[in-house]
Amino acid sequence: MANPCAIIGIGQTKHDTKREDCSQIDLVREAAKRALEDAGLTWRDIDAVVIGKAPDTFEGVMMPELFLADALGAVGKPMLRVHTAGSVGGSTALVAASLIQAGVHDRVLTVAYEKQSESDAMWALAMKIPFSPPLVAGAGGYFAPHIRKYIAQSKAPDDIGIKVAVKDRLNGVKNPYAHLHLPNITYEEVRDSLMLWDPIRYLETCPSSDGACAMVLASESASNAPTRPAWVHGGAMRSEPTMFAGRDEVNPIAGQECARDVYKQAGISDPRKEFDAAEIYVPFSWFEAMWMENLHFAPIGDGWKMTDTGATAIDGDMPINPSGGVMCSNPIGASGMLRFAEAAMQVRGQAGEHQIDGARLALGHAYGGGSQYYAMWVVGSEKP
Amino acid sequence: MSEDVTGIVVPIHLDYTYTPGVAASRFLRHIAEGNYVGQRCPKCKKVYVPPRGSCPTCGVPTDEEVELKQTGTITAFCIVNIPFAGQAVECPYVSATIQLDGADIGFYHLIQEIPYDQIHIGMRVEAVWKPREEWGTTTESIAHFKPTDA
Ligand SMILES: [Zn+2]
Repeated sequence: MANPCAIIGIGQTKHDTKREDCSQIDLVREAAKRALEDAGLTWRDIDAVVIGKAPDTFEGVMMPELFLADALGAVGKPMLRVHTAGSVGGSTALVAASLIQAGVHDRVLTVAYEKQSESDAMWALAMKIPFSPPLVAGAGGYFAPHIRKYIAQSKAPDDIGIKVAVKDRLNGVKNPYAHLHLPNITYEEVRDSLMLWDPIRYLETCPSSDGACAMVLASESASNAPTRPAWVHGGAMRSEPTMFAGRDEVNPIAGQECARDVYKQAGISDPRKEFDAAEIYVPFSWFEAMWMENLHFAPIGDGWKMTDTGATAIDGDMPINPSGGVMCSNPIGASGMLRFAEAAMQVRGQAGEHQIDGARLALGHAYGGGSQYYAMWVVGSEKP
Repeated sequence: MSEDVTGIVVPIHLDYTYTPGVAASRFLRHIAEGNYVGQRCPKCKKVYVPPRGSCPTCGVPTDEEVELKQTGTITAFCIVNIPFAGQAVECPYVSATIQLDGADIGFYHLIQEIPYDQIHIGMRVEAVWKPREEWGTTTESIAHFKPTDA
């Protein structure tokens, strides 16, 4: 049985298109200092640092964790970098949690970030594969066919993606750290926005952001903090090959199994009923409907109905992404940790205007690569 | 008065030598002759094209070569309207995953010779090759796929 792991400090930056006011160093420190402050700790109190970010081509700096070690107070301490593409923010938090759960350390600082403005992620994700035509236009070009397949299989009305996009942007208005603040967004505006990768429209797409997120994780004996901690009730990661015969890209097995594992650890049998909130990785709005099925919140083919009936709204029975989610801020490497952190903020009662009243149990979810990496945690207000 | 330098833009390049490996090399040499040749897994019998020399599901080597037809089915697609650095095809274009008859996995290629709003998942397509003198060890030897007449 693993030792309990508490989340005692959470910090994030203001996310924006270009944080030209700061370097990568300033960006990670902005989030880390807020997490330390929230935990009532100083750099000195930290035993180890676990950092994560997406591919180095996103900034054009090789192995940035080396030059960030100093800025994150890791000199003379263990420092690890985690890399699992877009899910990295989640898996980074899970690696940090495992150091607590294994009894190796008492206080671990975990940080994830991306400064997309320093390079070109679209270019970085559209690298020419030798001996084949360069057809896949970035992440949108990769995921759009999967979305089209989902729409065809589920017979969903073709405006579900529009409804998610509006909902998440209105949630984001309640989140002061969100990159996009679009209080006047309308259904018509999303519907009439440019079709980038048909069936994905411009406003059904996440922004490209600079931002960072940090958390201080602690053992039971080190869990005293100014704000009551959140507790890890379960954590799981899964992966699968990007390509194999018979692969279901719409509802990948790795995601289904990762969810089953993390629910089992947390003793959850009916996720839609038992979770008070979920922060899931939705980079293109249609993924809300797809992940509702993959995460066993809805039967196969019915995920879109949760959006359509308003169940996933902030005042619905299963609020999804009350923070505005990835649709409002996508500093890729940090996006997964933001989901994990926002879930923890909900059960700590720290989410401010986007707080779900009395939230006690929440899910944080991240995925990455070609829907091939998954990281999830369940956090609760009570010690498990 | 000089202004503070807060950032500079520098180009980055990535030059590399790519070794496709035994299975992909055989596939590409077949392509240069106008043939699509995949490999069958001895255990699950799935046919991979392009082949990778092993089955990702069973973890066993795949040796048996299987010549495939040049007709197949669109399993998914999107219409790309967004230009990006390094783009080789003019927008809008249709990027589709096509599963050739006799294969168990799809690959990406272009769909042309049909209005884009008439393309659908499940549509039957066939390969349209470039002129013989332009064939080489690349799937770009195929210009695009088009709907079958049948
Ligand atoms: Zn096999």
